[in-house]
Amino acid sequence: MFENLFVGIADGLRSLLGGLPLEINEAIVMLVKLVAILVFILVNALWLVYMERKVAGYMQARIGPNRVGPKGLLQTSADIGKLICKEIIIHKDTDKVVFMLAPVLVFVPTLMVFAVIPFGKNMAAIDMNIGLLYLLAIASLSTVIFWMAGWASNNKYSLLGSMRSVAQMVSYELPMVLAILGVIMITGSLKMSDIIAAQEHTWFIFTQPIAFLIFFIASVSECNRAPFDLIEAESELVNGFNTEYSGMAFAMFYLAEYANMLVCCAMVTILFLGGWLAPFGLDFIPSWLWFFIKMYVVMFVIMQLRWTYPRIRVDQLMGFGWKVLVPLSLANIFVTGIGMYIYRAIGW
Amino acid sequence: METSIYSVIAFYALAITILGNAALVVFARNIVHSVLFLAITFISMAGLFLLLDADFIAAIQVLVYAGAVCIMVVFGIMLIQRPDMKDTNLFNTQLIAGTGVVALVFALCAILAGRTAWTDLVATQAVPENTIQVIGALLMSKYVIPFEVVAILLLVALIGAIVIARDESSAIAVDEGVKANAHD
Repeated sequence: MFENLFVGIADGLRSLLGGLPLEINEAIVMLVKLVAILVFILVNALWLVYMERKVAGYMQARIGPNRVGPKGLLQTSADIGKLICKEIIIHKDTDKVVFMLAPVLVFVPTLMVFAVIPFGKNMAAIDMNIGLLYLLAIASLSTVIFWMAGWASNNKYSLLGSMRSVAQMVSYELPMVLAILGVIMITGSLKMSDIIAAQEHTWFIFTQPIAFLIFFIASVSECNRAPFDLIEAESELVNGFNTEYSGMAFAMFYLAEYANMLVCCAMVTILFLGGWLAPFGLDFIPSWLWFFIKMYVVMFVIMQLRWTYPRIRVDQLMGFGWKVLVPLSLANIFVTGIGMYIYRAIGW
Repeated sequence: METSIYSVIAFYALAITILGNAALVVFARNIVHSVLFLAITFISMAGLFLLLDADFIAAIQVLVYAGAVCIMVVFGIMLIQRPDMKDTNLFNTQLIAGTGVVALVFALCAILAGRTAWTDLVATQAVPENTIQVIGALLMSKYVIPFEVVAILLLVALIGAIVIARDESSAIAVDEGVKANAHD
């Protein structure tokens, strides 16, 4: 019954609107799907901040937020409420239009990306043929927005932070794409549902372990998370590209970081952990629940990384990206190609 | 390409966005604003490709042009930054040369548009649903030589960039600087 909960809701809505012309009917269903995704991301971004603070707390032998609401669950809601009430300071030397556009646009690529992510069996809002390519293309746009924020602030620290973010994102996008190529070579498709279907017997984390490691490291870096959080290195750059932002404009960047993490965790789940497929034949648990379990496990690992490793230096970051990850991912493509050739020659 | 009323509306909306933003790229006085308008132009161009059912090219358009080319321009701007960015994208006085180039471009476009047999290009059969496999197969069979030449060209550009970046004298200076710091 729960297996098809969301698919059932969509079908119910479709038949409820059966009297309307087909195009309007489909448009309304699509709108409902996208609004549902929007609500999902915003609620997640809000509570992931709470989760991060709890993880940090326990890793540092303290309790973390525990006053507002049961177990402190309403702490982040209270924080957002406070930030909405605060003034958004725009100092006189900013490029005002670009300065205010950046926090508005920062969620756009993330939201667009979620349209192709399959949250469960038949649960992608749009399952397009080039799903993975679409995702990479849209995700690459977020670089421009970080740079807009840093440049428009007209502040040395912001500019340095945003230039670091541009350099870092461009450098780590390359190994990320090359690592995905290993998976695409085996699957032979860029469609999300095909990639998941190809993992029915073995997850790609077992057949492509190096690609998984490279992708995981690169995606942590793409989210600007510790140990790659150079763009907001507090000890050097105050707070990086969002130094000049206050109130809700600041909160937008803060929440966007968690929304981006959600995208990366979903990507790791889809590409390497079998997406919504149930392991060991445990399919009495619905597929969407499996997807969320896997996604939040990856999220937990990323949060632990932040409180375990110190921040690396800029030259180490670039050196690691270009001299270790890129050659390793190229070697992975080569080995995958040979492996596939042998596999076919033996004819398993 | 379907010719329903929606695609016609979408085409004109995209065309106005592209032309408007392209004009703003030229007329904006601040070069940073020009880059942002350029990004919008590129993304709208992807919309035109989508109208033609070329989803692969649309994604590549966003990935390469909006995602990468704009970032390269950003790097260029940052490396030559001036104290005041307000008047960085000014007009020059080369009126005659400019007019000549523009006239040449328009003439070329007009000739090519006139020589294209537009009515033959309208696809009578259905557009293939999955274009990417076909493109991949063509790149590896019929167009394998141009494909490899492009690869070699990119490799040459890569090596050239490394040669320019590895200026021997400055590399030594940096090394000595690092050593000096290490002794402090």
